[in-house]
Amino acid sequence: MSYTDATIQVLSPEGVIVENDTTAPYLPLVEKLSDAELQEMHRQMVVIRRFDIEAGNLQRQGHLGIWIPSLGQEAAQVGSATASRPQDHIFPTYREHVVGRMRGVDPVDTLRIWRGLTHGAWDPKVVNNFHLYAVVLGTQTLHATGYAMGLTFDGATGTGTPDTDAAVIAYLGDGASSQGDVSEALVFAASYQAPILFFLQNNHWAISVPVTRQSRTPLYLRPSGFGIPGVQIDGNDVLASYAVTRENLEETRAGGGPRFIEALTYRMGAHTTSDDPTKYRDDAELDFWTRHDPIARFEAFLRAKGAGDDFFDSLTQEGEDLAADVRARTLALPVPSSSAMFEHVYSEAHTLMQEQAAWLAAYEASFEGGAA
Amino acid sequence: MTIETLSMAKAINNGLRAAMKADEKVILMGEDIGPLGGVFRVTEGLHAEFGGNRVLDTPLAESGIVGTAIGLAMRGYRPVCEIQFDGFIFPAFDQIVTQLAKLTARHQGHQTFPVVIRVPFGGHIGAVEHHQESPEAYFAHTAGLRVISPSNPHDAYWMIQEAIASNDPIMFFEPKSRYWPKGEVDLSASGSPTYSSRVVREGTGVTLVAYGPMVSMALQAAELAAEEGTSIEVIDLRSLSPIDYAPVVASVQKTGRLVVASEAPGNVSIASEVAATLAERAFYSLEAPVLRVSGFDTPFPPAKLEANYLPDVDRILEAVDRSLAY
Ligand SMILES: Cc1ncc(C[n+]2csc(CCOP(=O)(O)OP(=O)(O)O)c2C)c(N)n1
Ligand SMILES: [Mg+2]
Repeated sequence: MSYTDATIQVLSPEGVIVENDTTAPYLPLVEKLSDAELQEMHRQMVVIRRFDIEAGNLQRQGHLGIWIPSLGQEAAQVGSATASRPQDHIFPTYREHVVGRMRGVDPVDTLRIWRGLTHGAWDPKVVNNFHLYAVVLGTQTLHATGYAMGLTFDGATGTGTPDTDAAVIAYLGDGASSQGDVSEALVFAASYQAPILFFLQNNHWAISVPVTRQSRTPLYLRPSGFGIPGVQIDGNDVLASYAVTRENLEETRAGGGPRFIEALTYRMGAHTTSDDPTKYRDDAELDFWTRHDPIARFEAFLRAKGAGDDFFDSLTQEGEDLAADVRARTLALPVPSSSAMFEHVYSEAHTLMQEQAAWLAAYEASFEGGAA
Repeated sequence: MTIETLSMAKAINNGLRAAMKADEKVILMGEDIGPLGGVFRVTEGLHAEFGGNRVLDTPLAESGIVGTAIGLAMRGYRPVCEIQFDGFIFPAFDQIVTQLAKLTARHQGHQTFPVVIRVPFGGHIGAVEHHQESPEAYFAHTAGLRVISPSNPHDAYWMIQEAIASNDPIMFFEPKSRYWPKGEVDLSASGSPTYSSRVVREGTGVTLVAYGPMVSMALQAAELAAEEGTSIEVIDLRSLSPIDYAPVVASVQKTGRLVVASEAPGNVSIASEVAATLAERAFYSLEAPVLRVSGFDTPFPPAKLEANYLPDVDRILEAVDRSLAY
């Protein structure tokens, strides 16, 4: 629908490898992937989709305050995450559930946020540099850029040793691209030639506002004005997402300066469970993208390569198992005590926190036993 | 008298519609306020009625919304900006504080800036981070901005129209927990002057000052206290900058006791300002220290802890008891 002549597609919607001048640089990267690696990408996409559905169910049943589905964006996320290296740092928005999982985030921890138990459910150091979700749109692009600048200052990048040189991926949405912070991030990234890849998932909507309101030119062109090369990919093609991210990430890792990828994809579900997309978008668009489903496409490809029902059935089962496990563990999550509010607001003692925590503890204790 | 029973969301919607009909220079700007009608549906139907040139579904950039509203105001428009949630006003903070607030003075009276910024604020909706905050004190602290907050549908209907009619920049804080309960709206007259505070329940024992989302809770507290023989006078500030102190001073002269309640953190807050001013203006009437009941001075916590964070009827009554104990 919004594909352009510039859109890089490695796998056609029918699941066939596209061989032409545009894909030529990327095909060797794809060919290097073993069957096991290809199947792993599929596994991640299938299993996260089942998790996504379960989380939606949990929300409807009142066990989550809100859920933010990533349905339809699995290929953009799995491909780009597969392209990252362990030493890389990932700065997500709030929708990269599978990227987090691939870096080591327990999906139940993701749900702790949406169940209203915590604002930050993991320690980035423990989950392979997957940083915290950012709800304020675009803000993470600056943090990611600063982190990447630090890598340069420390000589932790661009030394010509890809196994240890680090790079940064900043995810962002099409709506967020309008925020001033994002332009400032592009300025800083270019100015300091920081090792950062901006990965924009253009899922065509920012809640009810279409991407055309954010930009009259394809978003991959925007960074060129900042001196940053940009490319557009079919974000529902996991191989394009993998190979183009890999290529660009290795370039920026090697000291080539920032890179920018616009991945064309689609938010198949509502913005969040609080949203009703029937109020603002039509069926034709949804039909188009249903026909371009990233998982169906890759399944066709893998089947043609010889993967059989056994494999696909095992993924279905794994998804079911994960869904059941996530449900059980989510319902068992403990609610933090009220004193948790005062913890970690500052890293050093602060009298207001001490006084107010003590007041609340005494106040709550005054109800114990005496409650009517 | 024409009375209609409306929710606050609908009352503001009707107020916006009336203002847009009365003056074609009134335009709405914001994220998702068009066909969707805003995430709280406050602008529902207005895009269909007035079209995309009067109801602007803007690009996703708060600084852009407020900054261009300033330019539109210079051009003779009366922009009404919607900030989607309290916590997302900060990308616009620079435009509001360094520009909108100061431009009237900088122009030495040669240009006015009739911009209204609507901000759904406060908790009680169980939402995620940045969606339940009470940032009003930052703006009341800023010279050049007027800050008002309705507590009920009737006031909301009139105050939004008064705000749009004003030539000054106005921060209009809408208590999102009060969007849905219905109340009577008198469509024929406001009944209260703009920027006035108002006694909403008379009493003799303790004065309880609140605004926005806390007014209904203060009234509940007064009701419960009455059953136990304590008479509370409740005052709805309605305007946070300027604050109309006369009714508060008069009340404290009568009761000798003052409790100020807000959802916002208490440190350097509207509640602090009311406490300090009453200490200055009613010192000889006070029989107890002025007490504040507020949110704690922590980030607004995750949803499962918001009931522990937000002041409730019990916390108000605990402060009332402490005041009476002096
Ligand atoms: C600064 C800011 N303004 C407004 C919002 C409210 N909001 C949350 S998500 C969203 C749309 C984001 O669209 P996009 O960047 O395309 O990401 P997507 O949700 O489509 O993944 C909006 C307006 C916010 N989170 N932060
Ligand atoms: Mg989007």
